[in-house]
Amino acid sequence: MKVIKIDKKNWAEGLKRLADKFPLFGPAQQDEFHIFKELDKGELPDLRLQNTRLSPKSVVYPQSETMFEYTLDEKQEDHHILKEIDKDHLPRAIVGIRPCDAKAFLLVKRNFDTPEYKDPYWIKAYEATTLIGYACNTPCSNCFCTTAGCGPFHEEGLDVLLIDAADHYFAKIMSEKGENLITAAGWDMAAEAGDLEEQVQTLKQAAETKITARVSTDKLKDKDTTALFEASFWEDVAFACINCGTCTYACPTCWCFDIQDETFGSSGIRIRNWDSCMYPLFTHHGSGHNPRDMKMQRVRQRFMHKLKYYVDKYANGIQCVGCGRCIRLCPVNIDIRKVCDLMNSFES
Amino acid sequence: MNLNPKSILKGEVEVQNPYLPYPVRIEEIITETEDKNLKTFKLVFINPGDEEKFKYQAGQFAELSVAGKGEIPIGIASSPTEKGFLMFTVNKVGLVTSHLHNMKAGDIMGVRGPFGNWYPWDIMEGKNVVIIGGGFAFTTLRSSIIYMLDPANRPKFKDIHVIYGARTPGMLLYRNELAEWEKRDDINMHITVDATDDPNWKYNIGFVPTITNQKAPPGNPDTYAIVCGPPIMIKFTQPVLDTLDYAHNHIIMSLEMRMKCGIGICGRCNIGKEYVCKDGPVFTLDQLNQMPKEY
Repeated sequence: MKVIKIDKKNWAEGLKRLADKFPLFGPAQQDEFHIFKELDKGELPDLRLQNTRLSPKSVVYPQSETMFEYTLDEKQEDHHILKEIDKDHLPRAIVGIRPCDAKAFLLVKRNFDTPEYKDPYWIKAYEATTLIGYACNTPCSNCFCTTAGCGPFHEEGLDVLLIDAADHYFAKIMSEKGENLITAAGWDMAAEAGDLEEQVQTLKQAAETKITARVSTDKLKDKDTTALFEASFWEDVAFACINCGTCTYACPTCWCFDIQDETFGSSGIRIRNWDSCMYPLFTHHGSGHNPRDMKMQRVRQRFMHKLKYYVDKYANGIQCVGCGRCIRLCPVNIDIRKVCDLMNSFES
Repeated sequence: MNLNPKSILKGEVEVQNPYLPYPVRIEEIITETEDKNLKTFKLVFINPGDEEKFKYQAGQFAELSVAGKGEIPIGIASSPTEKGFLMFTVNKVGLVTSHLHNMKAGDIMGVRGPFGNWYPWDIMEGKNVVIIGGGFAFTTLRSSIIYMLDPANRPKFKDIHVIYGARTPGMLLYRNELAEWEKRDDINMHITVDATDDPNWKYNIGFVPTITNQKAPPGNPDTYAIVCGPPIMIKFTQPVLDTLDYAHNHIIMSLEMRMKCGIGICGRCNIGKEYVCKDGPVFTLDQLNQMPKEY
């Protein structure tokens, strides 16, 4: 691992060189919000913002993705047989991803890349992607990453971490993929001065002290699942929820999906779309029975999944990186930090 | 300078796509019940070699795929000892099942799987097996009975009891096979119906829990019960099994859930941290007692 210094004067030029080689994704303003999108030729990632409204999970895991194609035309020899389609898994890079969103990919990877089953779409897209992180010198007011297993300068899951330092970026190179990218951009790999690591450390500490919101998660793993499931606070937690699903769409660690067929004339595609545990149809049986037909059950599922089931299943912390999006975007002010503390301090 | 992920990643993941169905042809469709809502589909693999890849055990399920309509998770009704075809009995309830019911022999569809765990055949070896089924949840139980009655397997089990009930005689699945099994002396059949006005009905009349109480052998360390049926049957059968002294780790159940992926990834069929599609669908009552009651 090494730290180099990139003069901001050379920033645009380097990115242009990268953009000539493969697609770059980065934050950009769209209408009144920022999103992650594929940058147009010559377009620079907009690094002025704190974070995008939606996470960059869609770069690896599109909201709607074609899996297979088929024809229903019985004159075709392969009618009614699903066929794989060509997928673009060529290299691409996300520039300006926040450390929380990069760490989120690692949490989600445990779901898509398992010893028994491998999701080829997610894995291939993820492995084709180089992640150029952007440290948070000024974290959002409701971030709680430092107590959610992450942090404003967190490095896990990143190939390069950029740190804004006045007229320079410090670039901490974490992987071979990252090193390849810096080389491809033509930024001077030799521009290494002795005390850079120390300066990064100072900026990091300054950023971390700005994050005052926190959650306690230490007792979650020892709680009895069924007791927590039956806790009396769930009705209160869910009371205001309107089941809009915004939290699940905005969340960088929510991964649930639906599979649907869409036919146009005699040809069609099988696609998968992001789905949400907030919706009654998510668990609705064909028979009409629904194990989560009440809103409280769906709200409980979301929090229990992130803060208890995931904790127990992987023994690797909570399924949350503390990005604060669900808190900022919830129309009725449901706050995962409060729910987490309720769960962590629950006594049966 | 190389940004090809193949070289960077030291060997790209080359995995079989678990979402891609095997193409199959419908060989035969059998209407099972008098209300015509249950049909059995006999499917044969189109590509030689796929049958070998689709190695399954009694108790597992598969995703049936109909291009243009979607997929449904259905228990495998054929037995691994039956070669050359797969069998699924499908209740007509929704979009895909209704479409399936209108398909005909010769039509092309798809099958993914096999998925999930199975009844614990290794643990049940050398034991008595009591099968308790109700309504159309008898499909993987048929698979299990055929499997156990296979000459190569029958010596592996002690007594086999089957308690199977439906609303009326005409609602029983696999009626020809039931009659065959009735004639055998290596399986104890206790067929029942809720009610019938058929004067020739020569089997039991009564709900499954009642017949279980009358006919099931008492529980002991050498006896396992496999229970599949509608929630109401399970609810009233469980106290009977408690009375009969069945330990909860000797009561084996198979659950149903809305599913999509079948491989524990899409996120909808969980009960607590377990995914019914991958960690289930078979659980002991002992395991279920420790899981949230959300199914």
